[in-house]
Amino acid sequence: MLCDICKKSEATVHLTEIVDEQMSELHLCENCARQKSLAMEQQFGLNDLLAGMADFGKGEKEPETSISAKCPNCGLTYADFKKIGRLGCGQCYNAFSKYLVPLLKRIHGSIQHTGKSPLKVNKVLKKEIDIQALRNRLQKAIAQEAFEEAAKLRDQIKEAEKKIGKDAAE
Amino acid sequence: MQLNDLLNHTSEWLRGTGPNSDIVISSRIRLARNLDKARFPHWANRAQGEATLNATREGISRVDYLKRTTFFNLSEIDSVDKQFLVERHLMSLEHAQKADNKALVVDDEEIVSIMINEEDHIRMQVMQSGFNLFEAWNIIKVIDDGLAKELNFAFRANWGYLTACPTNAGTGMRGSVMLHLPGLVMSRSIDRVMAAIAKLSFTTRGLYGEGTQATGNFFQISNQVSLGPSEDEIIESINGLIRQIIEQEKQARENLMLKNGPLLEDRINRSLGILRSARIISSQETIELLSMVRLGSDLGMIKDIDRRAINELFITTQPAHLQKIENKKLSSDERDLKRAELIREKLNIH
Repeated sequence: MLCDICKKSEATVHLTEIVDEQMSELHLCENCARQKSLAMEQQFGLNDLLAGMADFGKGEKEPETSISAKCPNCGLTYADFKKIGRLGCGQCYNAFSKYLVPLLKRIHGSIQHTGKSPLKVNKVLKKEIDIQALRNRLQKAIAQEAFEEAAKLRDQIKEAEKKIGKDAAE
Repeated sequence: MQLNDLLNHTSEWLRGTGPNSDIVISSRIRLARNLDKARFPHWANRAQGEATLNATREGISRVDYLKRTTFFNLSEIDSVDKQFLVERHLMSLEHAQKADNKALVVDDEEIVSIMINEEDHIRMQVMQSGFNLFEAWNIIKVIDDGLAKELNFAFRANWGYLTACPTNAGTGMRGSVMLHLPGLVMSRSIDRVMAAIAKLSFTTRGLYGEGTQATGNFFQISNQVSLGPSEDEIIESINGLIRQIIEQEKQARENLMLKNGPLLEDRINRSLGILRSARIISSQETIELLSMVRLGSDLGMIKDIDRRAINELFITTQPAHLQKIENKKLSSDERDLKRAELIREKLNIH
């Protein structure tokens, strides 16, 4: 079988394409397949998908400030992120937190990590993790209507938050 | 270990052992990790990428669990070698492109592999034969803890591990299970099953991960959500789904045997016949026919070939593997000849 694109070389790559629910088969030689896959990547990269998701709902105008927001650590702007679909460094999460929270919520349905944490963490982070654990217990207590326990936990959280003070806000 | 040593080794995912290994080929856990404050690979310049590579390599060398590993700098190996590593599922297709400051660390058993400077600074994976995600998780936990002692990972209490793409944030974990589902494909129930999987926010991919289509009735299913539930909860949810799919596949195989027994047996034996006689064969056709032979072996219809030999053919017939075996570059046509020769050799021994 000859390649569907160049009609010269033997087709060795077989692709199934679905466009508008229409399925079609493509038989390509190695060279044409490589080019096709590059073209497809450009057309339908995950980047576009993400960038699309990062857009606010239809009709809502995105605040001007978000586009020019810039990460102080790596210099990536929010506009860059929208274009390439990837952040520049871990600090970007802080720099763009306002815009990332709704995005993370849309992707994962949650914005609260409950899994593993690194063993070696700095003091502020350790306290933050402790507070997070308290918050989780508070949620559970409320769900179980254990209000006395909940009140205690709430006070503990307030106390702990005071201790971290400004550091945690960073 | 040298790269060529891998040629004589059976990849963990092809051992054909472990729980439910008639349907589940392998289980894999992948964790994404990044160094605190360092720029992610795509945003880093050459010097910054190199600094990440060196720091990570250094950190890995100090972890006890990773003592018996080999470091491959991807700028020092050729494209066939890279493809060879991709075919063995030790690294992604993406990692094989643009070599800048990319590296791969592989343990002698091919259970653990760590990509450095792929989409994230560190992408580690642990592979297990059969349906065994928790075992993979128990191994990778130890490696992750070991690395966390040596390296400062980008982490926030609320968002967990921070990754280049927000779709991986939180646990940074992707659990994948590779399934062989000829029963569901042949009984035309696969679309229904896949649609249900997509609704439950899991993803399905082909044999070689992102962007590849399902061939030879192989499907890779993994979680999409990585932030919110804990790692154990994510694994539990994947396991629940996989158990259901296994049941459905078993049912489909039984039904096929009951209703179309002779037809199925014919198709399986014809597949074996072609593999044993063909003089020219593409990798696509090979995978499809081997899938049938594997099914025949699972159902007890083919008794004289063991599963491991079939499994090994899935990988040794891939383009880069053929070229490594022959120790020279082969064109697509030459490979089709060599492939047929290799298959005849392996399947005609009694």
